[in-house]
Amino acid sequence: MQDTEQKEPRSGFARLRTALWLVLGVATMVSLAVIYDRGHPAGDPANDYAHTFGGPFTLTAPDGSLVTEKTLAGKPYAIFFGFTRCPDVCPTSLARMARLRKQLGADGMKFNIVFVSVDPGHDKPADLGNYVALFGTPILGLTGTDAQLEQIKKGYGVYSAKVPQPGGDYTIDHTAAIYLMTARGEFSGTIDHQESDATALAKLKRLIA
Amino acid sequence: MMRLPPKTLVPALALSALASAALAHGYQAGNLGIQHPWSRETAPGQAVGGGFMTITNKSQSDDRLVSGTSPVAAEVQLHTMTMDGGVMRMRQVEGGIAVPARGTLELKPGSYHIMFMGLKRQLRQGERFPVTLRFQRAGRVTVQFAVQPVTSTGPIENGHAGH
Repeated sequence: MQDTEQKEPRSGFARLRTALWLVLGVATMVSLAVIYDRGHPAGDPANDYAHTFGGPFTLTAPDGSLVTEKTLAGKPYAIFFGFTRCPDVCPTSLARMARLRKQLGADGMKFNIVFVSVDPGHDKPADLGNYVALFGTPILGLTGTDAQLEQIKKGYGVYSAKVPQPGGDYTIDHTAAIYLMTARGEFSGTIDHQESDATALAKLKRLIA
Repeated sequence: MMRLPPKTLVPALALSALASAALAHGYQAGNLGIQHPWSRETAPGQAVGGGFMTITNKSQSDDRLVSGTSPVAAEVQLHTMTMDGGVMRMRQVEGGIAVPARGTLELKPGSYHIMFMGLKRQLRQGERFPVTLRFQRAGRVTVQFAVQPVTSTGPIENGHAGH
């Protein structure tokens, strides 16, 4: 700081400019950190997204009992949405989760597999239980009323919609992603249907670590 | 005898090995060959099942899979499936599915498939059930669909999964 008298006004401006740049820099870093956090919600407790994703829900299990987010707490879980009339994405995802669990060996039971039917019109809880039982590993099949399903779909950002078919029946368009949730019910990541088993396995290992 | 350039010989041999496995469960309808029709087992009470197969057309003209019937289902429908921004969409196909001249139509998971609507009984692993397919040119042919484990992603012959 060696300001002469003459340069005093300019120097003051320069300091102000430096301060403004600093403010801008810090603001940029903060917003980048926020954006990074949102894009990488990896179970950081300070992470809003991980906390708000999912959230409370109430659904019915095949035995008629009610299952909420609190029932699932304490163990990580992989949750996805579909319906038993689904031609292949649903059985493929269910089969894949069963296969990945097998590949994890003894660790395979360290997470729950949850399949939510968004077709309560066709899938009664007991039907859903019979369906998931085909996959040869414990899978929790859940469904509920339209309002209950709306709640969990909103929490998980899932899209599903009935599409009328010729002859009066309908099919269902739905999000196919598999959501990985921590034991605390926080969002950990997704498994996409196009990802390799190796990638999916790495994500599951991280989830149960 | 066909004369093959040496380069194609190895893949050709591999293909013929695959073909002979597939022919263990294949059907002919005129110029069409239908390889390993398969379906996934269903749960008790499950009303819908999916069916898959590969249809090859040796002729110079396009054919078209128009419809089907089966004693196990109230209705046999032709469907397609697409993934659109992470959303699975299944649609009934209107007007059948083309089997291109000198080409192949694959009905497989994630693509075109048959839907057995209103199943009259459970489809059990290891059994076969008849389906009569109707083609625009080749006409009707009855094939047997092999019921495979629900976890199957492709046809299985002699206990080995193929893709």
